[in-house]
Amino acid sequence: MQCPKCHAPMHTYNRNGVQIEQCSGCRGIFLDYGELEALTRLESQYAQPAPPPPAAPQAYPAPQAPAWGAPHGGHHGGHYGHKRHKSFGHMLFSS
Amino acid sequence: MTPNPLLPDLTARAIAAAHSRTSACPCGATVTLAERPDATVVRHADTVAKAHAPDLTPADLAPRLLTATRLPELLLPPLTPIPVELHGRLVSLWPYGAPVDPEDPDAAPWEAAADLLAHLHRTPAPAPLPPMRGPVRAALSISRLCAATAGGPATDAVLRAWATLPAWARAEAPQPDTATLCHGDLHLGQLVRYPAPDGPWRLIDVDDLGVGVPAWDLGRPAAWFACGLLPPDEWHRFLTAYRAAGGPAVPADGDPWPALDVAARALTVQTAARAITKAEAEGRPLDEVEQALVDASDRMASFPPELVHEEAK
Repeated sequence: MQCPKCHAPMHTYNRNGVQIEQCSGCRGIFLDYGELEALTRLESQYAQPAPPPPAAPQAYPAPQAPAWGAPHGGHHGGHYGHKRHKSFGHMLFSS
Repeated sequence: MTPNPLLPDLTARAIAAAHSRTSACPCGATVTLAERPDATVVRHADTVAKAHAPDLTPADLAPRLLTATRLPELLLPPLTPIPVELHGRLVSLWPYGAPVDPEDPDAAPWEAAADLLAHLHRTPAPAPLPPMRGPVRAALSISRLCAATAGGPATDAVLRAWATLPAWARAEAPQPDTATLCHGDLHLGQLVRYPAPDGPWRLIDVDDLGVGVPAWDLGRPAAWFACGLLPPDEWHRFLTAYRAAGGPAVPADGDPWPALDVAARALTVQTAARAITKAEAEGRPLDEVEQALVDASDRMASFPPELVHEEAK
């Protein structure tokens, strides 16, 4: 996976069971759905009483896309899954 | 009914050409690579013979074959730059190149494709060429759709999106660029390794090649990405490689969409029109991927191209 901001490769790290993608270039962090909540939950277990919540890591905006584009573009969503849709596989090779 | 003699006679041409290139032809079977209304393609050993679309004239094809002959580092060069005639069809002969494996599109050479396009777009046309035929293909897909369907919400959405396009993108006016060399029909089937199996990548199929708006050649990957079909990382690999090679279709940095918008719209609409036409002929509903193209077409009417330009300023 490439960083949507600077396009450098992103590496996956495991922090207390939470998968985090970090960019090797700009060091930005990409969190999947629910991961920020998981990290916040973990942190609150360590610190008693709970300190003020940490500043949320900045989520990158979805890659530049046209206004009429698919609403679920970006890291997750869209019609691409782990396995490419057969119909799209055919479309890639068709005039 | 008399069987169409084109295929056996085209096969004979391919075999004769293959045998004239080598005295030691392994002489396996001759394979039909494509048999469509607009092209019949057969392969014998390392030689490919292509019968072009029935309406293609020598004046259309000859300068395109000449261009491929003169730019062998970008385009697969034909065995001879002069087409021959067979049953009213123009026939060209090519060396065989190894295509992208359709079973493994994840191995798609996005960087190589982008690099070839960027260099093609930067190369002055080596022969006087007709306009790139992309917009004509798009218009054809719309007229076929209109002829094949009685209408419906999907067709209506596609026709509304078509109406948002400027006249040049609908082949109703000359393209605003009449100097840039373009391929005109880029998709993953248009790349081969030559010599097979592991030579450098080359572009094939010069039937739509010509001078025009180079963003058209980026329009299909852009459309696939915009419709949520092509993953963002693959789109970025393609776009980044195109920019790294100095491709002129988009600015070197910043938002590429003002430059890509019309082509991406046109190719979304074209692909949606073909999908509806095909689904109707097969008597089936649109699948999820085809519906994504129609949905994107539906949204286009709410965002005219001019607005997108203004937002980007």
